[in-house]
Amino acid sequence: MDRLLELEGLFWESVVETLYIVAVTLGIGGVGGLVIGVTLYVTRKNGLLANAPVSIVLNLVVNFFRPIPFVIFIGAVQPLARWVVGVGIGNRAIIFALSLAAAFGISRIVEQNLVGVDPGVVEAARAMGAGRPRIILTVLIPEALGPLVLGYTFVFVALVDMSAIAGVIGGGGLGNFAIVYGYRQFNPVVTWVAVIAIVVIVQVAQFAGNRLARTILRR
Amino acid sequence: MAVIELSDVSKVFGPTRRGERPVTAVDGVPLRVEAGQIAGIIGHSGAGKSTVVRLVNGLEKPSSGTVTVDGTTITGLPERRLRAVRLGIGMIFQQFNLFSSRTVWGNVAYPLRVAKVPTARHRERISELLHFVGLADRAHSYPDQLSGGQKQRVGIARALATSPKVLLADEATSALDPETTRDVLALLRKVNVELGVTIVVITHEMAVVRSIADRVVVMERGRVVEDGPAFDVFSQPAHPTTQRFVRTVVDDVPTGATLESLRANHSGRIVSLSYRDGSRPGSEVFAELISAGVGFELVHGGLADVRGRSFGTLTLALSGPDAAVDHAIGRLRDRAAVTEVA
Ligand SMILES: Nc1ncnc2c1ncn2[C@@H]1O[C@H](COP(=O)(O)OP(=O)(O)O)[C@@H](O)[C@H]1O
Ligand SMILES: [Mg+2]
Repeated sequence: MDRLLELEGLFWESVVETLYIVAVTLGIGGVGGLVIGVTLYVTRKNGLLANAPVSIVLNLVVNFFRPIPFVIFIGAVQPLARWVVGVGIGNRAIIFALSLAAAFGISRIVEQNLVGVDPGVVEAARAMGAGRPRIILTVLIPEALGPLVLGYTFVFVALVDMSAIAGVIGGGGLGNFAIVYGYRQFNPVVTWVAVIAIVVIVQVAQFAGNRLARTILRR
Repeated sequence: MAVIELSDVSKVFGPTRRGERPVTAVDGVPLRVEAGQIAGIIGHSGAGKSTVVRLVNGLEKPSSGTVTVDGTTITGLPERRLRAVRLGIGMIFQQFNLFSSRTVWGNVAYPLRVAKVPTARHRERISELLHFVGLADRAHSYPDQLSGGQKQRVGIARALATSPKVLLADEATSALDPETTRDVLALLRKVNVELGVTIVVITHEMAVVRSIADRVVVMERGRVVEDGPAFDVFSQPAHPTTQRFVRTVVDDVPTGATLESLRANHSGRIVSLSYRDGSRPGSEVFAELISAGVGFELVHGGLADVRGRSFGTLTLALSGPDAAVDHAIGRLRDRAAVTEVA
């Protein structure tokens, strides 16, 4: 218990770090995933911008990266991280790797939700003379918004999980806190405090996501 | 003046899968729709009706032939120009295709935004449209809070927002019950009469064509098999497909099983009186029979109204002395086309 009080400062720092890593990742990976997902959808056969070569290549790329276990993925993209964000370790590197992984994962979620949009409304917008960028932004995405919010909530939770591995390349956050001060120092209480903090974050995120989706879907 | 003109238009869809054959959805179709007309295109599912209207607003490009709308040949126009043309052509759909994420107001506002109508003018226009379709009180409802008929009214308001000259209705009443269908068709009539909009109604239901179309085009396997003024097509259908469609709304001279059952259930001679010229049988027909001393019973058929003119077939069983019946039939021939069927 004394030990816990000593670690209190570090604990809150870790909570903030986890939230920071996940939020920034959701921002960058979320936008990237949206762009890739929309591209996957519109380039499909009979899509708004049907384009077989783009569709095939993009599918290959997404399918190549998505199944890689994240702990390996971090190492694999380390050289790329050094090149893009300047460092291969620490929070910046972990955010880079997470964003990349998230973008590929999210792209499939986005694509699936767009497939669920009634093609009839796209047809109606086309018949009204709307152009393709307008249809994507003002018809496809708003019509799929409810399920998209649920999809992004799911990703947020997955990112909290994935970010726990950040310690392997010197990143911080609750996962690192639990391993360094709980597991390695044989202090299960510290480990469990971290676990509970993660559970609380996940619960709050899921609750907020469900609420938002319900408001959008009006049910 | 023709607002819509298709000359010898064909549309072939390439096979969607390897090994399949291409589908000729529209096969050498000529179609002229005059300004202010309501043209009904009828045909069974797969006849190519939807493809024809999608060719009219450029959602499909013809494989051959040309499409002209309101004096502009749209065949070969780049997408950007086509979009401008589409602002002048409204379209409504079987499943309504409303934006579920937008209110009634938002749905009607959408085409105004596409047409770059200044926002300051939206309010007046949307309110005017919603009053026109009778939904002013539902402006802030979402589509899933509306009945089918109300949804189609929103569809109509949305399609009319940019004041198009042409309205394309693809099976617009096929998802509605008969009573709602009647209301929506009445609204389409009002659009035609009060706003002068030329309407193309696509349907597989002859009753829809009968209640609204000035002109009927019958399609089968991508081809136009019959085309003429509604009354003519209904009263004297030439093509077997048209005849079958007409029989769905009004009984013809009985044949086959119908005739056999009439024969079995009624004594006397069975004759059919056909009215195809817009005249209606009056009481004089029956007076004629009575004065000839012939008993009669109406056993089959009926009359229908198309654009205010009647047509149809009345089948009677006549009983009495042979000479009297012969005499009566002779007199009836002066008043209608008579067929002795049994
Ligand atoms: N996009 C398409 N790709 C391939 N075949 C199509 C396409 N659209 C329509 N068809 C085919 O063209 C034919 C006519 O279809 P359609 O115009 O929808 O008929 P209708 O509206 O009279 O039911 C059908 O055989 C249909 O399968
Ligand atoms: Mg159709």
